[in-house]
Formats: sequence, C-alpha cells, structure tokens
Amino acid sequence: MDILPILSTLRRHKITALLVILEIALTCAIVCNAVFLVSQRLERIHMVSGVAEHELLEVELANIGPKADDSARTAEDLAALRQIPGVTSVASVNQLPFANSSNNSGIKIDRKQNKSSLNATTYYGENIADTFGLQLVAGRFLKADDYVDIDTAKKAFVAGDAKGLPKNTVITLAMAERLWPGQQALGKQIYMGNDLPLTVVGVIKNLVRPSIWDDATAQYSMLVPIQVSDGVYAIRTAPQERDRVLKAALEKLKQANPHRVVLQKRTWDEIREKFFQNDRAMTGLLVGVCVALLVVTALGIVGLGSFWVAQRRRQIGVRRALGATRGNILHYFQTENFLLATIGIVLGMALAYGVNLFLMVHYELPRLPVMYLPLGAVVLWLIGQVAVLGPAMRAAAVPPVVATRSV
Amino acid sequence: MFGYYLNLALRSLNRNKVLTALMVLAIAVGIGASMTTLTVMHLLSGDPVPTRSGTLFYPQIDPVTVDGNHAEPLDVMDYHSAVDLWHAQRAERQAMIASSTIKLRAPDVNLPPLMMPMLATTADFFPMFDVPFQYGSAWQAQDDEHRARVAVISAQLNDKLFGGANSVGRTLRLRDTDVRIVGVLKPWRPSPQFYSVAGGRFAHGNTADYYSKPEDVYLPFFSGLEINAGSFGVFNCWRVPDDYAHLENAPCSWISLWVQLGSSAKVSDYARFVADYAAQQKALGRYTHAENTRLRSLMQWLDYNRVVPSDVRLQTWLAFGFLGICLFNTIGLLLAKFLRRAGEMGVRRALGATRGALFAQCLVEAGLIGLLGGLGGWLLTLMGLWLVRQQPAVYADLAHLDMAMFLITFVLAIAVSLLAGVLPALRASRVAPGLQLKTL
Repeated sequence: MDILPILSTLRRHKITALLVILEIALTCAIVCNAVFLVSQRLERIHMVSGVAEHELLEVELANIGPKADDSARTAEDLAALRQIPGVTSVASVNQLPFANSSNNSGIKIDRKQNKSSLNATTYYGENIADTFGLQLVAGRFLKADDYVDIDTAKKAFVAGDAKGLPKNTVITLAMAERLWPGQQALGKQIYMGNDLPLTVVGVIKNLVRPSIWDDATAQYSMLVPIQVSDGVYAIRTAPQERDRVLKAALEKLKQANPHRVVLQKRTWDEIREKFFQNDRAMTGLLVGVCVALLVVTALGIVGLGSFWVAQRRRQIGVRRALGATRGNILHYFQTENFLLATIGIVLGMALAYGVNLFLMVHYELPRLPVMYLPLGAVVLWLIGQVAVLGPAMRAAAVPPVVATRSV
Repeated sequence: MFGYYLNLALRSLNRNKVLTALMVLAIAVGIGASMTTLTVMHLLSGDPVPTRSGTLFYPQIDPVTVDGNHAEPLDVMDYHSAVDLWHAQRAERQAMIASSTIKLRAPDVNLPPLMMPMLATTADFFPMFDVPFQYGSAWQAQDDEHRARVAVISAQLNDKLFGGANSVGRTLRLRDTDVRIVGVLKPWRPSPQFYSVAGGRFAHGNTADYYSKPEDVYLPFFSGLEINAGSFGVFNCWRVPDDYAHLENAPCSWISLWVQLGSSAKVSDYARFVADYAAQQKALGRYTHAENTRLRSLMQWLDYNRVVPSDVRLQTWLAFGFLGICLFNTIGLLLAKFLRRAGEMGVRRALGATRGALFAQCLVEAGLIGLLGGLGGWLLTLMGLWLVRQQPAVYADLAHLDMAMFLITFVLAIAVSLLAGVLPALRASRVAPGLQLKTL
C-alpha cells in the first residue's frame, strides 16, 4: 500500500484530519490515566491485611454505666463467648483493622528526639495475635504475663511507677524496616508517645491499620500488651460457622446483660467491603467513563469516515474503473485511519504524560508506568480499525460505473 | 430571519437523521457527565450558611507544650482555652462544640434504646448558624451556666420517636439522665457539616465524612459534658491524659469554638484579643507557642481543610476531559454536515445571501443541535445524579439538581455546540458560489 497518495489527500483535508487526531490524542491521554487510576484502586482494594480474613467476627457493645466493673464484665463476656462451640479464639480489643477507628501514637527511637520517627496504630487486647491470626516472622508474640490492665497502666504512668507499665511490644515488618533499615529489630527499644519505653520482642509480617491516610504507612501497626474493656470483641471461627457463631455470640452477650446497645455485629469481610466501598464505586465510575469515551471516539470516527467516503464516491469510482480492486479501496481507508490514529497516539502519549504530571502534583499519584502507553496505543489502533471498517466496506462497495456518471 | 434559519435547520437535521442523532448524542453524553459531576461539586463546595458565612470566624490557638510541628496551631482547642475564650463573650455570638455518641430513649415511647450522635454546644449555636426550628426554640444563655437538663432534637429523631408530633416538653432519657425537650429543628442539612470540620490537612483528600448529617441531639455544653462524660472524641493529645473520662484538665484538644463578628473592625479586635489571651497564657506558663494563633473566616477554614473530597475533584476533571472529546467529535460531524451542503450554500450565496447570513444560519443549526443535546444532557444528568445517590458516599443524599444547575445544563450545552459550530460554519460560509453552482 502506498502511503504518499494518502498523505497528499490528508493535506487537502487538514482540519478534518486534525480533528480526528486531536480526538484520538485526548482519548488516549484520558484512557491511559483512567486505566492507571483503576489499577491503583484495585491494588488498594486488594491491600494485604495480615489477619485471618474469612474467620473473624466483630461484636461491639456500647459500654455504659459505672466504669469500675468494666474489666470484670469483659472477663465474663469473654468466658461466655469462648463457650460457644466452634469459637477458636476471642479477644477484647481496642480496634480492628479497616474498622475506621484511629488509636495511634507517635513513635520515637530515641527519647530525646524532637519529632516522632513515625506514627503507628496501637492495637491493645490480650490474645489479639491468636484471634487475628497474625504471622510471626521473628521473636515471639506477647504472653499473658506481658499484659497489664489499662487502668493500672494509666495509674502507673501518672505515678511514674515503672512496675505497672507495659514493657514489651510486637511491631510489623514494615515498621521495623522503617525504624531500623536493614537491621534486626528484636531487642531494640522504642518510645511510645513521649516517654513510654517498650522493647521489641517480636516482628509480624503484616497488620494493617484501621484508618489509612497514606497507603505507604498502611502497615505501621504495633501490639501493646494492655488489656482493654471497650466492649469491642473479636471472635475467630471457621469460615462456614460464622453466621451461627455470630448469632450465638449476640445471644450470649444479651444474656449476660440485656441492657447494652449493640453497635456492631458483622464479619470482618463486611468490614473490608465497607472500608473500600468508595474505591470500588470510583473504580466502577472510571471504567464506565473509559468505555463511554472509547464508544464516543469510535462513533466520531464512524461519522467522519462516512462523510469522507460519501465525499469521495466519485474518486473511488474512478480508481475502481482504472483497475483498483475492492481490497485496494478497503486498505486505503484502513491505512488512512491507521496513520491518523498513530499521529493521535503519539500526541496522546505526550498528553497522557502531562495529565499524569498534573495528577502527581494534585492527587498524590505515582508516575504512570511506561507499559500503559503501548497498551493504550494498541487499544486505540484496534478501536480505530473497527470503527473505520463499516465506512471502508461501503467505500469498497462503490461500483466502477459511478465514474462514468455526471463527471 | 431567525425563524427562517430555524426552519432550514430543522429540515437539514431531518435530512440525515443518523448524523444528527450522533451529534445530539455526543453533546448529551458530554453534558450529562460534566453536569453530574459539576452538580456534585457545586453542592459540596457551596456556602453552608449563605445568610451569614461572612461573619463567622474560627479562632485557633496553640496549647501544645511539647516540641514537634508548630507550623499551624491545632485544629481544635483544649477545654480551658475554649471555655476562657467563650466566657469572655468578646464576640457578638460564640458557640463551643464537642461531639459524642449517646444512648437515648424516650421513657414514654416503646422503642429500644438508640445510639445517636449528640452535640454539646452553647445557646448561641442556633441563632448564629441560622438553624431553623419546627417547634419550640433554643435554650437560654443562662441554661448553659446552670447546666440545665434540656435538649433540642433533630426533625429525624422527632419523627422516629414521636411520629413528627410537637414533642416540646416531653422527656428524653440520655444514659441515666432525664432531659426536657425545648425545641425541635426543621430538617437541616448544611453541606458540609461545617461547624465540626477539622483535621482536613491530615485527611489526604478523604474528606467525604465532612458531609455527614448534623447531630440528632443538642445539649447545653456543660450539661452534655456531664451527662456523657467519657464518650467525647478527642482530636489529639500531646501527653498521655490521666483520665480519658474527664478531659477538662487533660492535655488534649477536643473542643471547637466559633464566633460571629459583624465588621472588619470587630474581626481585628477579636484577633488581637485571642493573641493577647495566648500571650497571657504563656506568661502563666500554660502555653509555649503563644504567637501561633489564627482567626480564619468560615470559608477560609473550609478552604484550608480542603473539604471537597479529592475523588469528587478528580471526577470533575475527568468529566470535562470527556466533554472536550465530545466537543471535538461534534466539530468533526458538523464539518461533515455543513460541507455536504456546499451546493445549497452556493445557491444561497448566488442569490445574494451574505457570508454573515450563511454563518448565522449554520450557527442556528448548531445551536439547535445544542438545545436537543441539552435536553438529552439534562435527562442524563438526572440519571447520573440518581446513580450518585445510589453510591455509598455520605453526601449521596445531597445530589439533586437545583434550578441554577438546571439552567446551566442548557446554557452549557448551547455554548458548547455554538463553540463547536464556529469552525464548520466559517468553512461553510466561505464556499465559492461559482464553483458550487458548476457542479450542480
């Protein structure tokens, strides 16, 4: 196929050609970035939590009434929950991953540091590691004798009495890497808040935070050996037992004290689902916009293609009369579209890069990976070819006899 | 002449229905997408108290005594600073705010206890923010000091508990305390829930929660603190507090203060008053960063917190990119349409029509396409907003088309189509009559 005659024809239809090019360029730029955004959201939705996802249940009760008997009541609740057949582990915790609370603390590695090294989520609650199903990579989990009651700890803290304070902690691998890059974290000391020293006795693979402001710090979590009575219970059971166990748990808790208000009763899968619902809605929207954009662009190519074919009916007839085959005519229009699409794609890639720069500045997005550009190019080439096929076939169907009429 | 052009345009649109439909569809889809996101943007970035937002101010002080980041003062205040500033009564009106969740039931209504969001605030809250009442009224200023056991409830709670009847004078049991209802609000849904906006600078654009519904129970500030002690949310503690249940003396920030100041002189007076207060507290040894004070206006405060969620802003950009593509598409199709009628144009030119007349005729046709596209765009916008309402976002219930946005839909559609029509119309009106007549 000769490209030169096509180019010389296009030179005579500069504006129309330019419009097709611009439309393809803009579509390319937006679709590349939108698909990138979608992949970012999908990656976020599949964020590793570090817990036994399909085995966890949460029941949250409003703790109302005199504070004094909270810990006794919590112990009763835990004992009752443990009796339910199928329950493998129970813990009274301060918060659950992805549950949208935010109990955090600044962490220093040197007491004299001016600013905290990082901000980490503090998970409290005896038996939390077993119940969450956390994975240890070094050291040990917290043991029963590490734990102190929260009220005791507070009093000890105010009195400056080291005896009643927690001494050990378990941190995530991500946090250990950030605090001591390339070093062994076990045995090292960190300072929680301003002056509570804790020794790292264990490192866990993953444990995600309940609220995430910045995905880079999503895994900055630590276990602190403090017993809490906030009325938040995490229950672990086999996946197929969850419905039954949840129902039984509510019944048991109601029996223990019928006046409490149940704030939450759900599986951890539901917590995860809810946490990412905005990301999921945004993903759907972006996919919808991409499809709509590609359809509109394809329709534009069909419209302009048809116009072009109608305009050149006579030329096509002449070419056919002079011996061009139907295939030649078909290829002519296909090549023309390919040329326009290619120019559009080249322009579009530059534009895509520009849009990405804008998003990086304003929306904290990473740089667009280079692989999205050829992917976008292939998609647009395909769409262009599919869209032009109809008009091109109509052009190929023009009979040579047209050339003889009313020249 | 306009009527004649309109007639011509209608005929022309009728001649090639597929091309017309494509153009109308392109504009409708582009307008539908951009108006949906623009409406959401308009609803989320609007002025929550249009009657007096210019007179509302948000003072900030820096009570943090530990080292660290002191570039900006904390977003909310500690108890002592807030109460001191409120007590001074230096502004026309002032309201303190602290929020929590409270267990409540109506003793004479047979419903299980509910957990409801409660706002502890002072009497000025209602007149200051122009909160509308359905029954009764706000409590009196002395009720704040006397820790009166009274409450104002939302229309939704009144519907839920009392079936919408006038419940003024009835009793509500909050935890273990009975309070008397003195007022019931009309449905009130400021967007955003401006008075509790704080911490936007840490939110990384995830600010959808600023659009939550207002609280259901309002209590006089000190009564609320007493009744629901231990349940109040804390913004930040710079040292470990001795007792989370009683935050009055804790090194924590958890109370917002809003003031109303009617003139710029009063604003600068108040700013000086806050600065003097901070300096005095430093002299007393309570503050270490006294110079770190701010007095932002309501709209400045919302801007500072970047209240519009970044996803919504992103969607708006996306929609306008989309509209741009639809615009290019329409230019191309209009070009095709007008050039195809070069013969007709040639005849009109030969019969004496000026270039301007042809240009005007083409633009009328483009405008008509825009009007049809606007109609389709309006329907698609309604559908788009319906889709937004199905989303899980907290602001979903706000997404409705108001009169202004309805009109903007059509203005935008016609403007876009006229813009798209300029180039094709210029080309078409430049047709050489002789050349065209020859080919007829």
